[in-house]
Amino acid sequence: MDITFENVNYIYQQGTPFAHKAIKDLSFHIPSGSFVAIIGHTGSGKSTLIQHLNGLVHPSAGTVTIGNYRLTNDEKPKNMKELRSKVGVVFQYPEHQLFEETVEKDIAFGPENFGVSKEEIAKRIQEIIPAVGLSGEMLKRSPFDLSGGQMRRVAIAGVLAIKPDVLVLDEPTAGLDPRGQKEIMNMFKELHKKEGLTTVLVTHSMEDAVQYADHVIILNKGTKYMEGRPEDVLTQQEALNKVQLDVPEAVQFLLNFEKRFGIKIPFQRQTTEEIARDVHRYLQGGGENE
Amino acid sequence: MRKKLIEFRNVSFRYGDEEPWVLKNCSFEVYENEWLAIIGHNGSGKSTIAKLMNGLLFPQEGEIIINGQQVTEETIWDVRKDVGMVFQNPDNQFVGTTVQDDVAFGMENRGFPREEMIKRIEQNLTAVGMQDYRLTEPHRLSGGQKQRVAIASVLAVSPKVLILDEATAMLDPKGRQEIMRTVSNVRAEHALSLITITHDLREVVQAERVIVMNSGEIWDEAIPREIFSKKDALREIGLDVPFVAILTDELKKTGMTITNEPLNQEELLEDLWTLHLRT
Amino acid sequence: MSNSLIIGQYVPGNSIIHRLDPRTKITIIFFFVFVVFFANSLLSYAILTAFALASVATTRIPIKFIVKGLTPVWFLIVFTFLLHLFVTKEGTVVAEVFSFKIYSGALIQGIAISMRFFLLILITSLLTLTTTPIEITDAIEDMLHPLKKIKFPVHELALMMSISLRFIPTLMQETEKISRAQASRGVDFKTGPIKERAKAVVPLLVPLFVSAFKRAEELAMAMEARGYHGGEGRTKLRELRIEKRDIAIYVLFLFVIAGLFLTRNY
Repeated sequence: MDITFENVNYIYQQGTPFAHKAIKDLSFHIPSGSFVAIIGHTGSGKSTLIQHLNGLVHPSAGTVTIGNYRLTNDEKPKNMKELRSKVGVVFQYPEHQLFEETVEKDIAFGPENFGVSKEEIAKRIQEIIPAVGLSGEMLKRSPFDLSGGQMRRVAIAGVLAIKPDVLVLDEPTAGLDPRGQKEIMNMFKELHKKEGLTTVLVTHSMEDAVQYADHVIILNKGTKYMEGRPEDVLTQQEALNKVQLDVPEAVQFLLNFEKRFGIKIPFQRQTTEEIARDVHRYLQGGGENE
Repeated sequence: MRKKLIEFRNVSFRYGDEEPWVLKNCSFEVYENEWLAIIGHNGSGKSTIAKLMNGLLFPQEGEIIINGQQVTEETIWDVRKDVGMVFQNPDNQFVGTTVQDDVAFGMENRGFPREEMIKRIEQNLTAVGMQDYRLTEPHRLSGGQKQRVAIASVLAVSPKVLILDEATAMLDPKGRQEIMRTVSNVRAEHALSLITITHDLREVVQAERVIVMNSGEIWDEAIPREIFSKKDALREIGLDVPFVAILTDELKKTGMTITNEPLNQEELLEDLWTLHLRT
Repeated sequence: MSNSLIIGQYVPGNSIIHRLDPRTKITIIFFFVFVVFFANSLLSYAILTAFALASVATTRIPIKFIVKGLTPVWFLIVFTFLLHLFVTKEGTVVAEVFSFKIYSGALIQGIAISMRFFLLILITSLLTLTTTPIEITDAIEDMLHPLKKIKFPVHELALMMSISLRFIPTLMQETEKISRAQASRGVDFKTGPIKERAKAVVPLLVPLFVSAFKRAEELAMAMEARGYHGGEGRTKLRELRIEKRDIAIYVLFLFVIAGLFLTRNY
């Protein structure tokens, strides 16, 4: 599903002395099937943006279009529930939403609300459990007896079981250790490809943006600051530093290298191995004079 | 030789008789004014070590000596004077209704006179750069700001050791930087030992010594540079290897000789520069 | 959002009433509530009203906040007035509405009782409007201090209150987050039959309790690590002090009471 924001504004507590603009004149377009990273600091409007994606809030002005659903200030899609079944959101620390007696019931909760049949739910659970790295024997256990990392996976499974077309991830790896982070992100990447999802990843991590996204949007103070391909946007050190963001470490190295040696190696999302070979070629193969 | 401040002697711990051991026969020392980093994946036993140091837990086997005193039910209140701790969740350790009330909490518990509290609140909030937020309520602060207040609160009672138990784990990169900067400032200004517990290898670069935990055991103990050179082994126990270390490895594979394991990009570029001049 | 969370009705300010010792405010309000019942003449009401209105004006709190605070009780005041109007049958008939005779005595009594009611509510709401919950807690702890002799856990009670106050905004934010997450999983909190909506509360309450317990456990540990071991030998940063302005207000209030008793029956 395509996602389009047109001049979207959102004001919290409109009409009170505490009114405050969380989103200002925000416009962008996410084509169906893309993997987008949205980057910005706490307070940049990221979490408000997410809430627009499945109609938890409506724009104060402007239009949000998700597939065939339109959200404006005075217009709600007739079937909000249907929209929510198409856009799955994994919120920050999603394990906080677990509440059922067993893992199985908790995963089934979402699809049940959206009217999916028992048989279909059982089938989906069988597929999802191995995909998120859980084992079948956990299904009958209480989610509260699991480790933090496992609870996170159960919560994610609960969203995936809805089988959404658009998957919104709000810092899905926060608080996990490096191994857990990598496993979860790789799982989302697999899923994105296999299911042909549109994935929106909200993150602080430039490394994740470079590694997984094909398009990045940088938010600052509720408005779009930059947008484009990761290799074009995430290499602009000066502009990023202005909003207190850093370039990814590999880009940082290439920039430092250029400063020191006067040799520019362009960043094309190459692997560390390729960077090493480039450096080797320039320094020992007399690459400067080629 | 520096004075020993904390000593673990063959310490083992588990949460119950039927439970698996969380910590197995651990022995190590922490010295006065030292910066020690303890690193390991979630569940490696690193946070248990912190709680044992503060008498929040007691070992089933072995003994823990802090500042010459064994940690027991009788000595915990003395021990807690020496050992200050900052926990992971910024919200769940903020007791006061305002910043200054929170900084005062530890001092109130220890019966500090009011004038002394006011003086120390000012001093310690300034040390962590939060002096302008004295009367702010916690829900108006960012995670990083709350953690800085937590650091000020602990420093206010002048402990001999400051333990940061994954104090940056729930923060965004900006908050993490704030805390790391605050910590090095504090270290420059106060004579105290610092123990940082983390799963992020980038946070151990400044430490003098690193203990690597794996499945309840001390897996390695070395200076950061040495730890950085053991990439494959680190990856195996679930830790992330920093970019510089990976790049160094890849450069070596291309046949370049990099003598000293670099800890950051500057060091690596310096090495490359010397190499470059020679060719 | 979080920046606008206000606990209770407190409106920040720097007026003399804001700065009064909370114990002074509680004491004066207590006696005011008491003496209101002695007013029985036009003049005595006028004196009390003047005191209450002057206090309100001094706080410089916008009238709309005060009126908003009174909204739930307007109904009661009007109801009391009407009740008296139709029930009391004293004095002369002054009007007739739909064959109901309204007596002069009823009118006077209706006004007097509603006025009493209005003054009571106005003056007590002034306490919560100008005093932070934590100040009220401190005042209560201090004023209940004598109860310590009979082993009443005054300190523990006050600490509990202050921690609850500290965590109200945190738990409110948490409630918001969880309800968003569950709404995304298809829970409908807003529409549908009552039974369905009651059921929708479970996915909200269970996580909220789980997290509150976890917070409590971690907080207890953090407090212990920071040397908390009960009220014994504890000092306090927040200090209540009777200043000149408190004395001045007490004196002023004594004059008001004296005036009230002198003008009774006039």
